[in-house]
Parts: sequence; structure tokens; C-alpha cells
Amino acid sequence: MGRMNTVINNATPAAVSVSGLRKAYGEKVVLDGVDLTIAEGEVFGLLGPNGAGKTTIVRILSTLIPADAGTVSILGHDLGSGAGAVRSLIGVTGQFSAIDNLLSGEENLALMGRLLHLPASERRARAAQLLERFGLVEAAKQPPATYSGGMKRRLDIAMTLMGRPQLIFLDEPTTGLDPRSRYTMWQLIRDLAADGVTILLTTQYLEEADQLADRIAVLDRGGIVAEGTPEQLKRRIPGAHILLRFADAASLDAAARVLGEGLRDDNELVLRVANDGGIRSLRNVLTRLGDGVAVEDLSIHTPDLDDVFFALTGNPSKEQTQ
Amino acid sequence: MTTPTIAIQDATTMLGRELKHTLRFPLLLVGTILVPVVMLLLFDCILGGPISHGLGAAAHGASYVDFLVPGILVMTVAASCGPTAIQVNTDMTSGIIDRIRTMAVSRGALLAGHVGGSVVRTLLATAVLTGVALVVGFRPKASLVDWLIVAGIAAAFAFALAWLSAALGLAAKSVAGANSSTLPIQFLLPFLSSTFVPADSMPVGVRWFAEHQPFTPIVESLRALLTGAPLGNNAYLALAWCAAIALVGYVWAQAGLRRRYPAS
Repeated sequence: MGRMNTVINNATPAAVSVSGLRKAYGEKVVLDGVDLTIAEGEVFGLLGPNGAGKTTIVRILSTLIPADAGTVSILGHDLGSGAGAVRSLIGVTGQFSAIDNLLSGEENLALMGRLLHLPASERRARAAQLLERFGLVEAAKQPPATYSGGMKRRLDIAMTLMGRPQLIFLDEPTTGLDPRSRYTMWQLIRDLAADGVTILLTTQYLEEADQLADRIAVLDRGGIVAEGTPEQLKRRIPGAHILLRFADAASLDAAARVLGEGLRDDNELVLRVANDGGIRSLRNVLTRLGDGVAVEDLSIHTPDLDDVFFALTGNPSKEQTQ
Repeated sequence: MTTPTIAIQDATTMLGRELKHTLRFPLLLVGTILVPVVMLLLFDCILGGPISHGLGAAAHGASYVDFLVPGILVMTVAASCGPTAIQVNTDMTSGIIDRIRTMAVSRGALLAGHVGGSVVRTLLATAVLTGVALVVGFRPKASLVDWLIVAGIAAAFAFALAWLSAALGLAAKSVAGANSSTLPIQFLLPFLSSTFVPADSMPVGVRWFAEHQPFTPIVESLRALLTGAPLGNNAYLALAWCAAIALVGYVWAQAGLRRRYPAS
């Protein structure tokens, strides 16, 4: 765990650096010594199951609650003494849409503009620009009660962007969204990243972290259990393989003889063979089997973040056997 | 901009938001008006006959409707507790207050809008109630100065109860709980005071309570100012109670905020 620290070179100063972060509620330890470094302009994915402490980290870094121990520096300001300065540089979109349901979409943006102390002209221009960008122009005068889940999240993010934050916290931004809205939200997050904004994204969806994050930290039971690029994490789990399924035991026997390797399951009539899934190695396997052995079904398995996640955070089936 | 300027600007923004809430969700105001109007009609038109026979010297020669209306006005002020606690709790449970807290907004503004909005709503409601009272036969004998003092006491009580309601809204786990926690202020205390009948007509224990709780001196002040009865020291007692309730409410509300955001 201590070896996971990422080297940040001088060209990209750290937007967030956290060390030894601890937080407990009474007897329950939520964060037990978290270290994190997020480079400027990076999309950093904080991945973990429910209750891992993701939201607690976001609440601490966004100045809502104090940590019990540890140091946090955000965009050059110490969180302990410079919370006020930090607040003017960050934007937060929480797990639940934090919008004012009695105000229209446009009025919600105007409220943010006022609280950011923007001049009236800039307030109006910025609101109009964000409504346009997030496809909310037609709904601008409607109360959010009439919005779909995806529209509410978009309004939520638009409100976060009113202040042109340099660092954005997105706490599970797609939880509860339908696939189309999730895809729209991903595109939106990519656009933000392209603008050079630093993003701390928490998610329990591996695919989401894989799609969006430059680097990922896996949080489990209050500690970081792995950190790296999605590719680095996937490489930590060996086991790319193909599964060959046969119509009968004779074919399975023949294949096992020819290939001379792999794990066989006689009940399922399946042979598992180590294979990276590339065209060349696949052709090799098929050539060795030849026409004599009838393969009913073939599937390729490359390790994805799910495998990494379960391996690092404790596989449920493993826990059962313990 | 200097810090006090920002604090005032933020508080004004939050007050504007709360007033807009009242326009968008008129039930916040209508509910505060409806219950006192029903009470006024119920007690004046239905129960007023028999009650007026037992009023005796406490009414100082006024009719029952004149005796009743000052109490109903105080009850109208108390009725604002529900909407205020509900609005504060909605902010806390919906996440919007967390969002605002992560912005460079002055801490005092978080509740200032609710308290200010509550006072404005309450004064509007009492104005409407006064109109209804005049229609059903209320004939006040107050001078302009008396009316201004009445408005001042009502505003002071509204301000005090707004802080108390904000604290109750912060302490409650849900919107429904926030509303329920204000019901004793809205109903129990008015009935156990001289709002509907003179305190000295009550059984000994209840009477002692009625004479030593805030509603009675506040109701008696308004009654004296509006019907021309002797004021005595009731106005001072009323203002002292308002100051005490405001202080308790304020300190409790700040403690509630600190519980939620311990850092600041």
C-alpha cells in the first residue's frame, strides 16, 4: 500500500494532496489513513463499494466536515487554515441532486451566480451559456419537479460550473441514471476534462472509472488498496483465457489431449485455456484442434476492472468459503 | 468587497430565495392564515355566545370578538413555526445547503433567509387576519401609535419564533418531524394561555401555567393596545419573553449548524 504513491513531476503540480487522512464516527472508523495525490487537469477515479468511505472523503475535501487527522492541500491551500480560499476554487456535485426544487432551472443558476457574487450581466450570460450547453434551454423556466433524472443531474452540474471551478468533485454522478443519461453524463465529464478542469470522480461502477479516469484509486474499508491507471490495475490480475465448450465428453477429451493444458470441467464440458485473446493465439488454438474436434462455443475473457475490484476488495465467494 | 458587505449580500440573496419560495409554494402562507381564520370563526360565531357571558371583568367591557382577535393574531404568529421548520429541514435534507456550504458564502446567511422570510410571511398573515377580523365585526380602539406597537411586538415574536423554528427544523430528522415538533407552539400554548378565555377562569394549576408562559403577556399586550384596556407591565414582559426565546432559538440553531458542519 505504501508503495503505491504516484510520482508527480514538476510540470504538473498536485491539485490535491492528501496524506494520513483519518475519520471516525464514534467507534466506527470510516477512513483509516488515506493518501492521495491528484495532478492538475487529471480525472481521478475513486472507486469503492458502498460504505467504503468515498462520500466521507468528498465531504472532507469539499470543506463540509473536518478530518480527525491528516493533512490536505487543495490547489495550494491548506484545508485547515484556508477553507475559505478552497471554497472559491472548487465545485461540488453530490450524490443526490442538490437543486432548489421550488425555483426554475434558470433561477437555480441565478441563485448560484448571486452566491458567487458575480455581477448581474455575467450572471445572466453564464446562466444562458450553461443552459445551452446542457440542453436545458427549453426547460429553463420549468421547476425541476418536471425534469427527468438526467436533466436534474445536468442542472446540478451546470450549477457547479457557474463559478468556473478549477477542481470539481463528482460524487457518484451517474448513480440511478438510465443508460442513455449515463452516456450523456460521461460525454459531459469528458468535455469538462478536455477543458483542463481537475476532477475527482467517485463511483461504484468499474466501467465508469475505466471509461473516464486517468488514474484510479480503489478504496475499501477506509483505505486505498490499489492505485494506478486502469491498465496498470488490470495488469495486476493475470488470467486472460478462453473458454471452449463441447457437445460431448469425447470432444472434451480430444481437445484436452491436443491442447495438453488448461482446466477442465467435466460437468459443464468446458475447457479453460490460458490465452491473451489475440487473433494469432486464437488461430493457433483452433489450428491445433483441427477439424477433428467440434467446438460448440468459444468465449474470450480478458481481465476487466471487475476482476481487479473483486480481487482487491474481497471476493464475496471467497469470503463464504473462509 | 469587505466581509460585512458580502455577509449582507448573501443574506439578501437567501431572503430573496425564501420570498420566491413563498410565491412558488403559497401553501407556506395560506396554511398560516387558514388555521387562525378557522379558529376565529369557530370561537366567535359558534362558541362566542356562551363564552361572552362568562367573560366578566377580564374583557373590560369589550365584546367577545374584540377580546378574541388579539389572541388570534398571536396565534397567527405562532402558526408560522410549521412552515419555517419545514423549509429549514427541506434545505438540510435535500442537499442544497451542503452545496451552498461548499461555496464562499457567509455562514450567517445559511439561516438568515429563513428567519427573514418567516418574519415577512408572518406579518403578511397577521395583516390578512386583521382584515378578516374587521369583516366579522372586530372594532379596535387603537391609535396609530398603538398599531405600530402591536406590529412591533408581533414582529419581535415572529423573529423569536423563527429562530426557534429554525432550530427545530435543524434538529428534526425529516420534514414531517420538523412540522410535528412545532405543533405544541402552534396549538398547545395558545390554548393554555389567555388567547380564548381569561386565565383567571381556568383551574388553579392550568391558570398558574397560563400566567407564566410567553403567550399570555403577549396576547394581553395586544389586547390592551387594541381594546383600550390597561397595558400594565405586559408589553415589557412580552418583549422580555421574545428576547429570551430569540436567544435560545439562535444559540440552539447555531449549535445545530455546528453539529452538521463542525469545521467552521
